Amino acid sequence: MTKLDVNAASSVDLDEIAKFSAMAAEWWDPHGKFKPLHRLNPARLTFIRDTLARHFKRDPRQPRLLDGLTILDIGCGGGLLSEPLCRLGATLTGADASSENIQTAKIHAEAQGLNINYQNITAEALTMAGKKYDAIINMEVVEHTADVQAFLSTCASLLKPKGIMIVSTLNRTAKAYAMAIVGAEYVMNWLPRGTHDWDKFLKPSELKQALEEAGLTPQKPTGMSYNPLKDQWSLSDDVSVNYMIAATKNDQVTRDEKS
Amino acid sequence: MQNYDTDVAVVGGGLAGATMALAAAQAGLSVIVVDSIDPKTATDAAFDGRVSAIAFASCRMFEALGIWPALAQDAQPINDIVVTDGRVREGAAPLFLHFDHREIGDEPLGHLIENRHSRVVLIDALSSNSNIDYRAPMSITAAAPDLHGYNLTLSDGTSIRTRLAIGADGRGSRMRAWAGIKTIQWGYNQTGIVTTVHHRDDHHGIAQEYFLPSGPFAILPMTGRRASLVWTERPKLAEAILELDDAGFHDELEARFGTYLGPIEALGTRWSYPLGLQLARDYIAPRLALIADAAHGVHPIAGQGLNLGLRDVAALAQVLAETVRLGLDIGADDVLARYQQWRRFDNVSLAFIMDAMNRLFSNDFGPLRLARDLGLGLVNQVPPLRRFFMRQAGGSVGELPQLLRGEPL
Repeated sequence: MTKLDVNAASSVDLDEIAKFSAMAAEWWDPHGKFKPLHRLNPARLTFIRDTLARHFKRDPRQPRLLDGLTILDIGCGGGLLSEPLCRLGATLTGADASSENIQTAKIHAEAQGLNINYQNITAEALTMAGKKYDAIINMEVVEHTADVQAFLSTCASLLKPKGIMIVSTLNRTAKAYAMAIVGAEYVMNWLPRGTHDWDKFLKPSELKQALEEAGLTPQKPTGMSYNPLKDQWSLSDDVSVNYMIAATKNDQVTRDEKS
Repeated sequence: MQNYDTDVAVVGGGLAGATMALAAAQAGLSVIVVDSIDPKTATDAAFDGRVSAIAFASCRMFEALGIWPALAQDAQPINDIVVTDGRVREGAAPLFLHFDHREIGDEPLGHLIENRHSRVVLIDALSSNSNIDYRAPMSITAAAPDLHGYNLTLSDGTSIRTRLAIGADGRGSRMRAWAGIKTIQWGYNQTGIVTTVHHRDDHHGIAQEYFLPSGPFAILPMTGRRASLVWTERPKLAEAILELDDAGFHDELEARFGTYLGPIEALGTRWSYPLGLQLARDYIAPRLALIADAAHGVHPIAGQGLNLGLRDVAALAQVLAETVRLGLDIGADDVLARYQQWRRFDNVSLAFIMDAMNRLFSNDFGPLRLARDLGLGLVNQVPPLRRFFMRQAGGSVGELPQLLRGEPL
């Protein structure tokens, strides 16, 4: 019965679409499973926007200030950062090691009318393909990688000359342990248990060193603090839990690479 | 790929809706304004005879939006507000409350502008703004959100898909009804009679508010030795007064207005509006935000109706500006929740203060009369209290959005 077969085949597709649509709804529900990321997002985006505006000499108040820039969002997940950066005018590539995340992100971006190049690909594979970007957004990824130095060096090689990479991670302090693992995973159930491994958290000095080793010039780290009364994160000098570092590709290395 | 026709669709192009559109456009958003009223009618003197008190903070917002110079041409500054208790034909009680703008600075407490003038200025501003597509007369025949946007069907058969819809369609808001948002409401059993009076002597920019037993009687200074009256009466009496011939109307008027500005003469049309309080339970629904009268209608006792609406505009515009500058979705639930949290408490508490004031003053019960006269006298004797009331009336209390501080977005 050909008819039945056709129905069976299309129902598989429909099931897949339904599944990813449900996952997209979950990723993008500000009160749902990914609530902590949604709460963090305005502070993170403020830092990313202002850092990119300063580096590329753009006006941070312009709605499309990132026009003409190519950005790679590594570990893009459901696209929580890719979508806003695309709306700000950038040409976005979102990469994630999970094909489910990529399917989810694609469905959501399409519904939002955003043209984002989502790929289920690793940083290494992008290097092999010879890709280069003006900026790389590398948020909450390094603490999940096996070899931080190798990963950051690969990412650095994806930057165009004078490009900039923004990295965020968790500090290896008792406070970060208390907040991210005990608080977020166990007490609040914000994140699935086992999401984080404290031993892999990096101190700012260690991250800076790894970035220098990768041929980049790191800037001063910026922290984020949480105000539980307002349920709001804001940028601060306190780097004891969550922090971000911007690092620029320095010309010296670019010349070395060319020679 | 799904597409949007605009970032924001404002339904209702009245004073608050038009200001909302200008503020959203200043934040860099594309805006469509849909209004069911023909702009030619909307600017006609016969369409809206009311004047609006524009509080000091609201003036600063119009300045930040670049339309204050045009509005100021027909604006009468309010320098002082005098509040007294009285009875018809008896004159004012000896105890009264005097708000003098010199106590809190050099600026007037606010301005009075005829709605027909502000409508002309706002419609001009909408029509000449390249980020705004102004469609009037045009009504909405269907409205519903989807997961990522809001869909409007217009009376000409076209449709609009927007990231965010803003309901600025007044007390009887259809956008509110379509969203299934319930209201709390009650009438005051009062009708507001509105008319314009010409008087011989200069009013020196002094607004008078007499509390008569049937309700407040306000004399609002206008340009050119004119004053606008907001005259509250029980509905049946109001009806009778509205039907009097010119001589009879003049007699009733003079019995309340008095002769402190010399001989008076009623000019032209008498309008009437039923007074009532109405509060929406929610200001937001998926992909929809309600502002101004669609969200809250208050008693006109303190001249705050439009100003509360403009505070909604300033708060929502700021939330949207901050959101769009981070590239985030302006119609997302958490974004709209920030607007609701910012405005709802302020609006509800002011609505109840005005409700209580009206109930306290709209009666002739002896002890209550004595108490409120003492109260007025007391507030008058304590300068910090007086300054607090003035700042409240001027709209400078609470966490002020940028636009109300006079800063462009």
